[in-house]
Amino acid sequence: MNGWRSAHESENKNQATENTEITEKTGAISVASVFSVANSFPRMKFNHKSKLLLAVLAIVLLALPFATDALLGRGWVRIADFALLYIMLALGLNIVVGYAGLLDLGYVAFFAVGAYCYALLGSPQFGLHLPFWIVLPLGALLACVFGVLLGAPTLRLRGDYLAIVTLGFGEIIRIFLNNLNAPANITNGPQGISMIDPIRIGGFSLGGTHELFGFTIPSVHLHYYLFLGCTLLVVFVSLRLEDSRIGRAWMAIREDEVAAEAMGINTRNIKLFAFAMGATFGGAAGGLFAGFQGFVSPESFGLTESVMILCMVVLGGMGNISGVVLGGVLLVLLPEALRNGAGPVQQALFGKTLIDPESLRMLMFGLALIVVMLVRPAGLWPSMQRRRELTADDGVALQEQDTVYGSSR
Amino acid sequence: MAAVADTLLQLSGVGKRFGGLAALSDVALHIQRGEIYGLIGPNGAGKTTLFNVVTGLYQLDAGTFTFDGIAYSHCKPHVLAEAGIARTFQNIRLFANMSALENVMVGRHLRTRTGIWGALTRNAAARAEERAITQRARELLRYVGIERPHQTLAKHLPYGEQRRLEIARALATDPKLLALDEPAAGMNATETESLKALLQTIRASGITVLLIEHDVKLIMGLCDRMAVLDYGKKIAEGVPEEVRQNPAVIAAYLGGEAA
Repeated sequence: MNGWRSAHESENKNQATENTEITEKTGAISVASVFSVANSFPRMKFNHKSKLLLAVLAIVLLALPFATDALLGRGWVRIADFALLYIMLALGLNIVVGYAGLLDLGYVAFFAVGAYCYALLGSPQFGLHLPFWIVLPLGALLACVFGVLLGAPTLRLRGDYLAIVTLGFGEIIRIFLNNLNAPANITNGPQGISMIDPIRIGGFSLGGTHELFGFTIPSVHLHYYLFLGCTLLVVFVSLRLEDSRIGRAWMAIREDEVAAEAMGINTRNIKLFAFAMGATFGGAAGGLFAGFQGFVSPESFGLTESVMILCMVVLGGMGNISGVVLGGVLLVLLPEALRNGAGPVQQALFGKTLIDPESLRMLMFGLALIVVMLVRPAGLWPSMQRRRELTADDGVALQEQDTVYGSSR
Repeated sequence: MAAVADTLLQLSGVGKRFGGLAALSDVALHIQRGEIYGLIGPNGAGKTTLFNVVTGLYQLDAGTFTFDGIAYSHCKPHVLAEAGIARTFQNIRLFANMSALENVMVGRHLRTRTGIWGALTRNAAARAEERAITQRARELLRYVGIERPHQTLAKHLPYGEQRRLEIARALATDPKLLALDEPAAGMNATETESLKALLQTIRASGITVLLIEHDVKLIMGLCDRMAVLDYGKKIAEGVPEEVRQNPAVIAAYLGGEAA
């Protein structure tokens, strides 16, 4: 064994110990980085800075609905609420696609399961008005069960084949919901379910405006804070899982399933767990969506939604929580901004609307995706490792050096 | 042969077919605890197939194999890994986009227990286990001689260190039998020498080694016993000196008439 240690030992060893310290520190403080802003940096150096950053971020996030309301109008607060819902969905899908590397094109099905669970148990549809704190976890649990049910038959599939099967599963759920109005009317078919109970915590309904601490807080603002809390919880769970024994097993499966299995990872269980975990987040987001919207119908859960969520994950940066959050925000806000902005801009420039803002929106969206894929193939905010992968000239150089000088290095 | 209690791995009548091709037929061999056992043979002789059968990647069609006194057939790779067989691959199969340290930490998966609850709460037990995993992984990286920063991505390690990282990852599963598929392939003389030293250290620590290798010099100098496969059949077995002089082996390698 001593034979391995040669002249370059001391130099490299210093590097190694330095590295050790950094990671150990990072591990210890990671509790503080709820929003993972500082996650990609060695937190030892940026500790004060990142604390400050977190405080600023917290204030911004808390003040956001009021600022938006005052500056842009209430409609934008609603859009912020949707952005948070989509972030939750994207983070859930990130576990399946980003961590475990299982391409899931039917993810919206779990969103639908959660939403319909809430809608059926908390609306005049069956006259059931179960409380929020029962219906939401139930929806998440049901979605989790569906996640396992979908996962189980697809365990042997990889890549494209898995994508096709999950795509089919997503469509099956949607078509089921669309057709379950006959012979017995369960889901009310294409009409959807309306008059869903608002989210009510204890006696406090999020459906109306409230006076709190001298502020008048409208319903959308209340939902914003609830969704923000849930999103932070999802971020927290993702962060903890990422940096754990289970997270490493997911990534090992993503990298090389055969090797992972040979190293003793029970790939069946670990993959099912990824599906279940991702689906749970999807189901919870679905329940929140139903309670917020007051109305669900099958057309909210089409393939485009699945693709959209996947885009958020891929565009933002697969496997990196900050990136996925960024992807979610951008993909909700940009189309809305275009929709609201394109008409007036054309009016001002040409005096009339030449292109329907709706079609322009999709056009711009497509172009943006192509540009991002060309310029930043690993996503806007790639995970640390993917970033290293892209800027790894030093690694490659070292490797070449090794080839040239052999072991005398 | 020697006392059965000392046999770690025993194959008898093992067969594996791929369609009409008999990749392995009626192979019998036994590996003693604590030895370095070599497996050689021309390309396509079935060496890697034998490895895949023993590590659960392929299911055998005929025969039985017993490891540490227990018979295994139709077992998943992770079951065999848990039983104590760890392997490396002929074409390096590291987790390329994970760091060297993480690669080895994955190897500890099998011998650790933290589940979702521990991961979410990071309670004392989970933290202690995580520390133990990291510590063991670092030890193993040093043990196999990787001195580069442990955060280096596996794919950015030089070739020789990738090979050694695979060994470290396999060792992290606390194996009884370490199966190495051509560990010296592509290495230069110096690297091969250090690999030899490493394998001897591993053996001295009580781990049995099963070795596929083309480097005849390495295998002759290292192995206690060896077997030769040709067209899926075992044509010779014994100590290196015997095998070297075996006419069937010479014929298989040089293509001459068996005397």
